[in-house]
Amino acid sequence: MPVRVGIPRYLGYFSFYPLWKTFFEELGLEVITSPPTNQEILNEGVAEAVNDACIPIKLYHGHVAAIKDKVDMLFVPRFVKVRKLETETFCPKFLGLPDLLQASINNLPELLDTRVELTSGRFELFRIAREIGERFGASLAKITKAYLSACWDLRRYWGLMCKGILPYDAIECMEKGYQANRQKEQGALSIAVLGYPYLVYDEFINMDLVKKLNSLGAKVFTAEMISPGRLLREAKNMPKQMFWYYSNRAMHAAYYYLKKKRVDGIIHVTAFACGPDAMLDRLMEMESKEWGRMPFLTLSIDEETGTGGVDTRLEAFIDMLKRRRV
Amino acid sequence: MKITFPHMGYSYIAFKMLLNELGYEVVVPPEPSKRTIDLGVRYAPEFACIPFKVLLGTYLETIEMGAEVAITSGGMGPCRAGYYGIMHQRILNELGYDFHLHIFEPPQVNYLDFIKKLKAVKPRGVSWRTYIQLIKKGYGKLEAIDEMEYLMYRIMPFEINRGDTAKAFYKVLEILDEAQTTEEIEDARWECRKIIAKVPQDRSRVPLKIGIIGEIYVVLEPAVNFYIQRTLGEMGVYTDRSIWLTSYTQKNVLVEGKVGEKDIHDMAHPYLNELIGGHGLNSIGEIVIYAEDGYDGVIQLAPFSCIPEIMAKGIVPRVSREEGIPVMTIFIDEQTAAAGVITRLEAFLDLLKRKREQKAIKEKRLA
Repeated sequence: MPVRVGIPRYLGYFSFYPLWKTFFEELGLEVITSPPTNQEILNEGVAEAVNDACIPIKLYHGHVAAIKDKVDMLFVPRFVKVRKLETETFCPKFLGLPDLLQASINNLPELLDTRVELTSGRFELFRIAREIGERFGASLAKITKAYLSACWDLRRYWGLMCKGILPYDAIECMEKGYQANRQKEQGALSIAVLGYPYLVYDEFINMDLVKKLNSLGAKVFTAEMISPGRLLREAKNMPKQMFWYYSNRAMHAAYYYLKKKRVDGIIHVTAFACGPDAMLDRLMEMESKEWGRMPFLTLSIDEETGTGGVDTRLEAFIDMLKRRRV
Repeated sequence: MKITFPHMGYSYIAFKMLLNELGYEVVVPPEPSKRTIDLGVRYAPEFACIPFKVLLGTYLETIEMGAEVAITSGGMGPCRAGYYGIMHQRILNELGYDFHLHIFEPPQVNYLDFIKKLKAVKPRGVSWRTYIQLIKKGYGKLEAIDEMEYLMYRIMPFEINRGDTAKAFYKVLEILDEAQTTEEIEDARWECRKIIAKVPQDRSRVPLKIGIIGEIYVVLEPAVNFYIQRTLGEMGVYTDRSIWLTSYTQKNVLVEGKVGEKDIHDMAHPYLNELIGGHGLNSIGEIVIYAEDGYDGVIQLAPFSCIPEIMAKGIVPRVSREEGIPVMTIFIDEQTAAAGVITRLEAFLDLLKRKREQKAIKEKRLA
C-alpha cells in the first residue's frame, strides 16, 4: 500500500496545489486532500486553534483535523521565501505553522514540514524536491521526472488562472482534462477582488463571493489573473515593499488594476484581526483614493459573518457603481 | 528645526541629551496617556497594534507642540513594526500635516542607506568624529538608565516602606538627566547605585520570582503596560524582564538577530524552529530559560493582534506543560483597563503561591 500523504485544502493550496499533487503522485504516493471547507471544519478549527489567531489559521487547523486520521503523513510546508524582493517573506503565521500545529493538535501523524526558502539559489526547489524524494526512497531519475512534470503542471495551472479561470475550476479541468468554462462575459461591471487567495477563492468562508458578484452582473478580476512577471513590475510603486508575500501580491495587483483602469471598483477581502491586512487595507484605501478616486470596499470576514450582511454590502456597492457609471 | 522621537520607557533622557548637543531644538514626547491613545485610535487602522496607535498619537501630540521632524526606526519584518514609519508618514500626510519621519532602517539591510540617514541628521558644523563620540555618550547614558531601572526592580520586593525604591529611582533619573559629559555620567552612575542601594530593605523575605517576556514596546513602556513591573514589585514580587533597550540594540541592531540571540533561539528549539519576526521566537526561548533558572512563573505581554506573539501564545501551553512553569498571557489594547490587569495579576500570584506551598509540603514529606 502506498504511503498516504495528506494535503490540507487551505492556505498555500490555492497557489501551489498542482505542484505538490503531481510531484507526490509521480513519486508513487497517494495524495489525500481534505474536503472543501464546511461548517464542521470551521467548528473544529475554532475549537483547536489558539483563540487570538485569525480565521485562516483556524480553518487550517480544521482542515488538518479533518484528515489527520486518514493519512500516514501530513504535508505542511513551512513557507519562508519564494521570491527575492527586498526583505519579503511570509506572514509569521506561515513561518511557524508546523510548530503551532504540533502544539495545538493532539495525535498528529508525522509532519512533512519542508522548509521552503527559494532565494538562496536557482536550483533550490529541485534541492527541496530531492530532499523529499529521498525521504521516500525514490531514485534520482524518478525525482527529476516527478519534479519536471510537477513544475510543468504548476505553470499550466498558473496559465489557466491568468486566463481568468478560478482555482477550483482550473484544478478540476486539469484533472479531468476538459476545457474550462470561463466566467461568463455577461457582466457589465468589472470588479477587482483582491486579498489572500485563501480568502478570495474559498467559497465557504467568503460565502460564494465570486459567484455572488457574477450574479449581480459583475465580472471578477483577481491578483492571480495577472501573470507573475507583470505583477512584479508594479513593485516599483512602493517606497518600501511589505514583508509578506501575499500582501505584496495583493498590493501590486491593486496598482495594476488602478493604473490600467480596467475595473470599476476594488473589493478587498480581509480576515478579522489579520495582522498584515491592518497595514495593507489602509494602504490600498489611500491608493484607491489617490489614483482616480476608485470606489473601494473592505469586506472583513470572520467565523461569525453572516450571509445577509455580506449580501447587503455587496448589493449596495454594486448599486453605487452602477449609478456612478450613468 | 524642532525634532522629536517616540517615547519608550525612560530612554527619552538619553535621546534628549544627544539631540540637544547636536544643536537641535528638542520636543520631548509626553508620556503616553489616555489622550495619546485616543488620538492614535482615531486615525490608525482598526487592527493595527497598540504600539502603532500610541506612536501615531505621540506624533500628533508632538506636532501640537511644534515638532517638525521625528526620528524613528524601521525594520525588516516580518513583524509589522518595520512598516510603521511608512504608514505613519502617509497617514500624517493625509491629515494634512507637514511632518517628516526620518526612518532609520537596521544597518544590515542597507549600510549605505543607514550612513546616508546618519549624515542627514548630522549638523554641518559637527565633524564625524565628534558625532560618533556624541552618539556613544548618549548610548552610555542609555545604559546607565537601563541599569538603574534594573536595580529598582531587583530591590523593590525587599523594600520596607512601600514606594521608597520608586522614589529613589525618580531621584536617580534627575541626577542622570543633569549629567552631561562622559565623566559626569560615569560619576552619576556610581552615585545612583548608592542611592538605590540605600533604600531600607528586609532581606529575609523570599519573594516570588516572575519573568516578563513579550513584545518589546509593551514590555518597555510602563505607561502602556500599566506599570506592571512596579505593580508587581510593590506586591512583593521579584521580576526580571527579558528585553532592555540596550541589550536589544546590541543583539539585534548592531548584529543580525540570528547571531546575537542565538543562545535564546537555541533554547526554543524543540518547540519553535523558525524566526517568526518580532519577539515570538525569543518569547518561547525565554520561557525555557526562566523555567531552568527556577522562576515561579512567566508573564507574556503582547499587543492585541500582534502576529508573532499570537504564534507564541499558541505554542506556550505546550512549553508550559513540558517545562512545568505557569505562563500567563496579557494582550494589551486600547480597551484594556488597569483594574482588569491587576485582578488577573493577583489571581496569577495566588496560583503561584499555592504552587510553591504545595511544593514545599511535598519536599517536607519526602524528607
